[in-house]
Amino acid sequence: MVTYDHYLEEPGNLDVEYFSTFATQRGGNDFHSYWLEFEYGAKAWWTTEFYLDGQTTFGDSSLFTGFRWENRFRLLQFEHFVNPVLYVEYEQINGADKILKEIEGHDIEDDTAEANAIARQDTDHELEFKLLLSKSFKGWNVALNPLFTKNFSPSEPWEFGYAVGASRPLALKASPRLCNFCRENFIAGVEMYGGLGDAESPGLHDTSHYLAPAVAWNLPSGWTVRVSPGFGLNDNSHRLLLRWGLSYEFVGFGDALKRLFGDRQ
Amino acid sequence: MKAPRVARFSLALYLVALALHHVPLVADEGRAATEYNDVDSEQPAVFAKIPEKARTCANPLVNDPDAVAAGKKLFVQHCAECHGQEGRGAPKAPSLRSGPIRTATPGMLFWILSNGVVRSGMPVWSKLPEPQRWQVVSYIKSLSPLTFEGQAKAVKKDSAAKNATDH
Repeated sequence: MVTYDHYLEEPGNLDVEYFSTFATQRGGNDFHSYWLEFEYGAKAWWTTEFYLDGQTTFGDSSLFTGFRWENRFRLLQFEHFVNPVLYVEYEQINGADKILKEIEGHDIEDDTAEANAIARQDTDHELEFKLLLSKSFKGWNVALNPLFTKNFSPSEPWEFGYAVGASRPLALKASPRLCNFCRENFIAGVEMYGGLGDAESPGLHDTSHYLAPAVAWNLPSGWTVRVSPGFGLNDNSHRLLLRWGLSYEFVGFGDALKRLFGDRQ
Repeated sequence: MKAPRVARFSLALYLVALALHHVPLVADEGRAATEYNDVDSEQPAVFAKIPEKARTCANPLVNDPDAVAAGKKLFVQHCAECHGQEGRGAPKAPSLRSGPIRTATPGMLFWILSNGVVRSGMPVWSKLPEPQRWQVVSYIKSLSPLTFEGQAKAVKKDSAAKNATDH
């Protein structure tokens, strides 16, 4: 849900996802934040994604909070012991954004307690870099994502964070029949993510961390359901981050577009 | 002051992405597909990259009665969009029933499936667990099985190509 492996979207395919995070909030109202994501496989070595974020804070209001443009580039041609992918994301989101797509710097629960009317007045322009390191072995995938974020404001320091996860399909062999409930369609895993401070005060003080089991269900029809309850590991963390997503993959979307615009290749 | 700078940055990033999208890093996808489609062509360049150990790797599911059917299911889900429903090839990807793919050993197909041919547009499929990749290999090999004589020729051709690469 938060940790990325090194696999990219297949070229020409478009994956559209509705993703949602429900969070408990001490010192404020619980909230439900969400995004609509468009993920496109531009090349076998390049996936580009566009996100539209929003949130509803119970007892407060609902609002659009901004957008993100994410790109992932495969760095090596073939598979290696560890496979690196470069992740670059531009974010233009306001202070009321609560999707918590990643935890970075000194992000803590208090940051999301502010009323929407006040929080939305700040707009952040950020550039985020991750090195996605991942390896698949005997059905398991293990991934580590160190994270580096820079707000465009010169006074803001670089912020750091991490995500680490492992996952495995419930069955390694595919069943010969088409089925929704075959074990190979389910992937279970666990991940841990959190902040590591910033360039001015690196370390674990005033940071939040989460541990989250996750399950994904891939249906042969192209639909995928993902669910992950995340549990805060210290007093700075939300007690619960319940994340879930529903996505559909449009296979051959790029070719359909080309045909639509007259490319007869 | 902040907004125009961000707009300029976004525009620059967009232009870089657009350029990358239209100028592939290394190879031309269309050309690669044509090379593969040619029945009489030499082995694709990627074959030379396959390590010896991988070439001789045997399919552990060769006696599994369900392997071909399961492989077909996986093929339709993940491969047919580019290689065609029956593996006969399409503008984006080569036929799997003829030419060097037909004569490749199961180990070579498994290696290509696991590593992809990223420069030519074929994704890495190591996200499928190993047994599922072998199931796909079982299906591909069932599409147009070689006779004993054909197998002997294929092994000879593969050895010759490997020797030529080594020297």
